[in-house]
Amino acid sequence: MSSYLIYVALLSPFLGFLIQIFLGGKLSKTISGTISSLAVFVSFLASLFLFFEFHNVSFSHTLFSWFDIGDFKADFSVKIDQLSLLMMLVVTGISTLIHIYSTGYMHEDPLFSRYFGYLNLFVFMMLTLIMADNLLLMFVGWEGVGLCSYLLIGFWFEDDFKAFCGKKAFIVNRIGDAAFILGIFLIFSLFGTLEFESLYTSTLNRSPEMGFGLLSCITLFLFIGATGKSAQIPLYVWLPDAMAGPTPVSALIHAATMVTAGVYMICRLSFFYDLTPIVQNIIIVIGMATAILSGLIALTQKDIKKVLAYSTVSQLGYMFVAAGLAAYGAAMFHLTTHAFFKALLFLCSGSVIHAMNGEQDMFKMGGLKNVMPITYLSFLVGALALSGIPPLAGFFSKDTILAFAFAKSPLLWGLTAFTALLTSFYIFRALSLTFHGKLGNIHAHESPSSMTVPLVLLSCGTLLVGFLGLPPMFSHLFHVENLFEKFLGWESSLHLSGQTEWFLMGACSALVILTAYTATKLFSGDKAKVTALKNKFSKLHTLSENKFYVDEFYDLVFVKTAHKKAQFFWEKIDIFVIDGIVNGVGSLGRNLSILLSLIQTGRVINYAFMMFLGMILILLYLVKL
Amino acid sequence: MNEYFILASILFALGVTGVLMRRNLLVILMSVEIMLASSNLALIAASSHVGNLHGHIFVLFNIAVAAAEAAVGLALIVIIYKNKKTENVDQFTSLHG
Amino acid sequence: MDLLLKHFLSITIFLPALFGLFLFFIPQSKTRFLKFVSLNGSILTFLMTLGILCYFTGTAEVQFVEKYSWIPLFGVSYFIGIDGLSLYLFILTSFLTPLVLLYVSPEEKKLKPFLILILFLETAMLGTFAALDLILFYIFWEAMLIPMYFMIGVWGGEERLYATIKFLLYTILGSFLMLVALIALVMIHHSTTGVFTTNLLKLYGTPLGSLEMWLFLGFALAFLIKVPLFPFHTWLPDAHVQAPTEGSVILAGILLKMGMYGLFRFALPLFPQASMAVTPYVVTLALIGIIYGAFLAWAQKDLKKLVAYSSVSHLGYAVLGLFVLNHTGVTGSLVQNISHGLATGALFFIVGMIYKRTHTKKIEELGGLASSCPKLFFFFLIATLASIGLPLTSGFVGEILCLFGAFQEYGVQGFAWGGETLINIRNIIFGTVGILGVLMGAIYMLNMFQKVMFGKPKFEDLKDLEWKEVLVLTPLIIMIFSIGVYPKLLTNKMENSIDHLVKNVYKYSLTTLSFPPEALGTSGNPESEATSKKD
Repeated sequence: MSSYLIYVALLSPFLGFLIQIFLGGKLSKTISGTISSLAVFVSFLASLFLFFEFHNVSFSHTLFSWFDIGDFKADFSVKIDQLSLLMMLVVTGISTLIHIYSTGYMHEDPLFSRYFGYLNLFVFMMLTLIMADNLLLMFVGWEGVGLCSYLLIGFWFEDDFKAFCGKKAFIVNRIGDAAFILGIFLIFSLFGTLEFESLYTSTLNRSPEMGFGLLSCITLFLFIGATGKSAQIPLYVWLPDAMAGPTPVSALIHAATMVTAGVYMICRLSFFYDLTPIVQNIIIVIGMATAILSGLIALTQKDIKKVLAYSTVSQLGYMFVAAGLAAYGAAMFHLTTHAFFKALLFLCSGSVIHAMNGEQDMFKMGGLKNVMPITYLSFLVGALALSGIPPLAGFFSKDTILAFAFAKSPLLWGLTAFTALLTSFYIFRALSLTFHGKLGNIHAHESPSSMTVPLVLLSCGTLLVGFLGLPPMFSHLFHVENLFEKFLGWESSLHLSGQTEWFLMGACSALVILTAYTATKLFSGDKAKVTALKNKFSKLHTLSENKFYVDEFYDLVFVKTAHKKAQFFWEKIDIFVIDGIVNGVGSLGRNLSILLSLIQTGRVINYAFMMFLGMILILLYLVKL
Repeated sequence: MNEYFILASILFALGVTGVLMRRNLLVILMSVEIMLASSNLALIAASSHVGNLHGHIFVLFNIAVAAAEAAVGLALIVIIYKNKKTENVDQFTSLHG
Repeated sequence: MDLLLKHFLSITIFLPALFGLFLFFIPQSKTRFLKFVSLNGSILTFLMTLGILCYFTGTAEVQFVEKYSWIPLFGVSYFIGIDGLSLYLFILTSFLTPLVLLYVSPEEKKLKPFLILILFLETAMLGTFAALDLILFYIFWEAMLIPMYFMIGVWGGEERLYATIKFLLYTILGSFLMLVALIALVMIHHSTTGVFTTNLLKLYGTPLGSLEMWLFLGFALAFLIKVPLFPFHTWLPDAHVQAPTEGSVILAGILLKMGMYGLFRFALPLFPQASMAVTPYVVTLALIGIIYGAFLAWAQKDLKKLVAYSSVSHLGYAVLGLFVLNHTGVTGSLVQNISHGLATGALFFIVGMIYKRTHTKKIEELGGLASSCPKLFFFFLIATLASIGLPLTSGFVGEILCLFGAFQEYGVQGFAWGGETLINIRNIIFGTVGILGVLMGAIYMLNMFQKVMFGKPKFEDLKDLEWKEVLVLTPLIIMIFSIGVYPKLLTNKMENSIDHLVKNVYKYSLTTLSFPPEALGTSGNPESEATSKKD
């Protein structure tokens, strides 16, 4: 029964994909959308059953033997444990909602079934990534989700820019993947296996590395892989561009699931990271820097999706900070709550864009509050959760991370809290610009129920999911356990006095609420104040609006230089040097023959004379002998 | 004995000079024949000096081949003349490389 | 019936040529019948190779052996057989040829000689993979050149003469060196044992002393030009661009594999010490080739040239995997060969199909094909992904095994870094450079894919793929995925042969030779003979 469920969970989205690709054109849109949603929903149900059956055991199940060459072995086998079950639930659950939402959102699209095919393939690949029992299979999912992301970002491929964005995402991801596979090579050379379980056992009696050793090398390479997939400095540049795809895709892939793969991978390999304190510090620094930088960029973006994209990058930075602090439970908790509220925010923005006929500029919106009440309320819930205002999901998860940060160093706490303020500012700016103020001269309407129902469900999720992982002092207060950490088996090792924690939490929450209030006031009212503020910090504003010119810098330093190299290799080395030598040998022979053929005058007399001369020479030679 | 060889040499030189200096195809062919005749003479002389018949056989064979050669050569010259309307060898340069 | 079973391999090899002879008697005007006959001939051949696959037991021995004395004076015999190294290349040949014949349009100018050439070429290729006698191998090897020469020279593009001559001169240069080395090898064997033989199996392990390096270079150069390894690759882009689609597919799909096969079958096991000695140099060239080919592919403006340069990059992996000389690497090398044949074959077919519709191969002039040709889009996408080595495609299996092999090599030598003494810095360089090639692959292939398929449609009323074209591509795509998902499909039956090869190379190479060969002169003859007699 159990193994049967694993197959169902893993393969039902794949079956959906096959149906869409091979029969998609022949099915009506309703049937096609239903099949896809159903495929993912079945997978969700299977995950749910698996969850209830196995929430306290861990085992792996081999589907078939994949690689078995010499001493190199890797099976196509899945691992069922708390971590993967949690991720399976999150991924399939949110995917189901987004599939349903998509049936409404994409209804007008001619390539409807292809879209759902890609989406189903994505879920399959994501499940492969999550359920993988060894690193190589994880890499399959890792690259597979990248492929789906590529196809879905460039889904409207007739637009050159969108196709370009897809390509950019894939290639930037590939840079990370290259490091990731290098990490896999190193692990295999060092341990001779790629299975998580045997890797875990072989690290048991190791002590943490003092210097930057081989293990640090491995974890760093894997982390570089994670920066690609999870959009951290220096490889975050693809995620904002990934917003070129349809909005449900942004919600599913570029907010809730795929981008969290890096965090998941670090949690999966936590036993490695625990042994390499240097890399852990690197992760904290990178995560923190990413969180602040993208938070700053998000302040000034005009495109509603761009704001959310940078917000995602920023929140992922949070998760990495938590992972770097070895607070894996907190990281996974934030991952889960973030999946809910960020998916919610994206779907809301999708609903708005749908209503505005594709308009994404927030400055052209405003006053949608009354026209789209459900969307508005959902967005509000999402925004409150994202800012970390109690008692919504984001509050608990963010607070746990803040507490861990404080335990590491107060400075880190200060930075994380500052990022929290940035977050609350930009999200309420977006909320006010979009929903408050005066209604423009536009004909907007509330979205169909296929879109609003997922919004409501996600809102409920956002409201409730936070209570699964109550921080210690709450659990003491209400005598409720931290279900989340208990389930994952990473009991929190935080030792802060109750008072300190209460104080930190109170201070942070008060500041966040204050910022949210200010932002709402500022951007709901007349725009003159905003302009004044903008002019006051004009330089900073331009810098932030242009994303600190990182894209331009990369383009100039890496892409253009490399392409020039390519041209140089082709024109100078290949054509000039190598072919030059080859053709040179050829033309040398030809020129020599042209030279020699001058003797061939074609006159009989000359030939006869030559012959005679030759005879004489031979004679002379003979005589001399 | 030497006289025969001197005569043969003179004849041969005449033939060579003719081949090298003259431009008329027919004359060149005749010069070649003279060279052949000179070698025949040398062979006969040597043969009678040595005292066996090998030289004679050789010469007879030579004459036969020369006759055939002259026939083919003359036929070729006639055809060339028909095509090119000239007998001047300087005009025939199609073998030029 | 008994006759059929006894000469099964011979019949398989010469069946296409027989059909080719039969074609001579069909009038030129009956194009459909010509195509029908040739296609059936090749399909029959394919079925027979499937029979060989079924009855092949996965042991290291040569199977389906047929041996007849041919020129007894020099010990030359007609000696053929199949083992795990040649099995899949043999099948790949008979698998690709029907697809090529299916692709040939009945409206092709001078159809009859074209089909006849392809069938004769198939016989020559099959013979090359099965020959176990050096002279027989050489004859088949050279016989392949003739049809290829005509295919490019007669049916090729505008600069076909330059391309054919370049192709021919490059290959013939290699072949002649090989011939000289071959004769020298036989003579040395004669002088030590007193027996004239060109039987490959008997020549294995001949002690060659200081000449080994020279003979190895003679053989290896012929094969490496054919692979082609950087810097002997410049004939490839020209030949590909000028060749007709069918020629390109055969060239990339099978002919390039001949070079790799030659290394597997001849260069390495005949000259183990020399191969071990040159390993660092060849591997360096392979790594350069991987990166260099990728860079060049990125700079190309012509679709076919891009695919051709990508071949240089991909076969760099195969050479890398082979010359690290461990089980994983050599397996990877063979898989990479097959995978490259499938993926690049598919890519060339697709380029041909695009050209048929748009009459251009310039990347700049193409664009927006995905809008009107969804089937073409999917096939092209899959072929592209296989080419960049995405997991679950055959390209991934090949590349990853080659790189794993490269990473394992020298793994035992000490290298202290952070207290660990397991990993050599050289491995890290191998791995990193190899991985860079994978990364570059994504860049140039996706760049091309975007420019060709995406964007605003530049052509009106393009027809999507016909059923016949779908039929050509589908088997390739199925094989790409089958190998990617279940690599044991290939590796199971080649395992023992590869094990045998690797062990033999190590067995005979206990003593090491120095490289470059100039250094050999100083060591003197008697000494090195003495050392080689030890094993």
